[in-house]
Amino acid sequence: MMASAVVVMGSLLLIIGAVVVKSLPALKLSMITQTPKGGYYLGKEGGILNAIVGSLYLASGATLLSLLLSLPIVLFLNIYTKKSSVLATWTRFSLDVLWGIPSIVYGAFGFIIMMFFGLRTSLLAGIITVALLELPIMTRAMDEVIRLVPEALKDASYSLGATRLETALKVIVRQSLPGIVTAVLIAFGRGIGDAASVLFTAGFTDSIPRSLLQPAATLPLAIFFQLGTPYPEVQQRAYASAAVLTLIILAISLGSRLLVKRFARHRIK
Amino acid sequence: MFLLTAVPGLLVFLMLFGLLQKSRAILALKTFSSLLLSSSWHPLKGEFGLFPFLMGTLWVTLAAMVIAVPISLLTAVYLSEYAPKFVREFAKPMIDLLAGIPSVVYGVWGVLMVVPFVGKTLAPLFGTYSSGYCVLSGGVVLAIMVFPTIIHVALEVFSTVPNELREASLSLGATKWETVKHVVLRKGLQGIIAAVVLGLSRAFGETIAVLMVVGNVPKLPKSIFDPAYPLPALIANNYGEMMSVPLYDSALMLAALVLLLVVLVFNIGARFILVRAERKAE
Repeated sequence: MMASAVVVMGSLLLIIGAVVVKSLPALKLSMITQTPKGGYYLGKEGGILNAIVGSLYLASGATLLSLLLSLPIVLFLNIYTKKSSVLATWTRFSLDVLWGIPSIVYGAFGFIIMMFFGLRTSLLAGIITVALLELPIMTRAMDEVIRLVPEALKDASYSLGATRLETALKVIVRQSLPGIVTAVLIAFGRGIGDAASVLFTAGFTDSIPRSLLQPAATLPLAIFFQLGTPYPEVQQRAYASAAVLTLIILAISLGSRLLVKRFARHRIK
Repeated sequence: MFLLTAVPGLLVFLMLFGLLQKSRAILALKTFSSLLLSSSWHPLKGEFGLFPFLMGTLWVTLAAMVIAVPISLLTAVYLSEYAPKFVREFAKPMIDLLAGIPSVVYGVWGVLMVVPFVGKTLAPLFGTYSSGYCVLSGGVVLAIMVFPTIIHVALEVFSTVPNELREASLSLGATKWETVKHVVLRKGLQGIIAAVVLGLSRAFGETIAVLMVVGNVPKLPKSIFDPAYPLPALIANNYGEMMSVPLYDSALMLAALVLLLVVLVFNIGARFILVRAERKAE
């Protein structure tokens, strides 16, 4: 039994170790300050700035959009509906089911939405698709913390004459802020790391997108496309992208732990 | 807010509806079962048999589950029943991190380590040839990606087993292992099944990591050292050409629909079991 636990932990270390060892040497300053020259698939010069900026734009936009959707949903579920209400049960169940849907299906669905509105592969289409992908993750993670807000705290707020909306925004959100921040970060991590959903929708390009309607390069796709080329110089760009992506994920994981402690000081225990 | 809250519920139906609408073009020409059971994949001739891809998905998923289920269940039992507190505190963030690693990074790792290992060491050991890009490599990478899902759900299930039951068993003279086997695992059986099914559906739909290591040859695999071509990989690999060949996009959308339906059935089943088990525990 202990051996299997060791296998699980060991594989984590092995994965991060192997990827970092192989990819860190590729991470030179010119790599992260330049866009690829001569085409991302064939050109041997330049770096991965297009993918870094594209991924940050895409994941930030998607996370923001997803937050705008999920915060009202969570507040509504926890304040305006009763625990046993059909709507609440049904919504939570749907979110769990949505969580399980593979990202390639989100990609295909995003593609259908894109065609429906006559969009081309663009940053906007990517943002919408990834926002949908992040929605169940963020909403469920927030729901878990907001559910734990003690009933007495809500009652105290109501008894002071606060409306339900005021209670939601000023008491509940503040009380569960650490959890909300973690939920946002988890969703951001999922969004920035997902390749299958942006494959159809965000496209890929050598340049940094200047508007929402231009295609955007992303780190996962930069790895996926450039690892398969026969040129070692191009493969270096894939490894550098892998290093950047892994570092971002590690930073999010550590950051969320630290931030939780920081934001926790507003909490009433 | 009320309208927004209806969004998640509607989204599932919208996805089903959208994919169905798009795959109608091909379903008008051929029956659903003939598409699923035909092995001939020649988009230029208008033949879109999904059978090899379906089997590819099944092979890889099965290989992954054979590896992942025993390891993750034993890990969950260890963490919930045997491990000292500090090990548990240390292991939880590690498992969360494992869940957070992007699938493309798993793919890179697979290409760097698993593929050469399977191709150069494991296949000769079994006396066969393999390029390393095969079902087994896909299974290994996928198994590791499924660990956190199964462990997480299983841990939650074990934590709902009341401590009184454990104490009663121990006080009757059962050993620790007997208690785990006859009380904890028995009581949590439904939940364990749900955990495995959730892991299975995660494995079923995983795309990029598998695509990078599994070889992508549209033929029925005969052994775990043969390449395979799973459904998600088919969709991801051909998005570029799909608009230029008639019916191609419709066939790919049908593939996505099949994927969605299978995952929906698995997920709804598993969640249903979990909800029931939770109610019983209360």
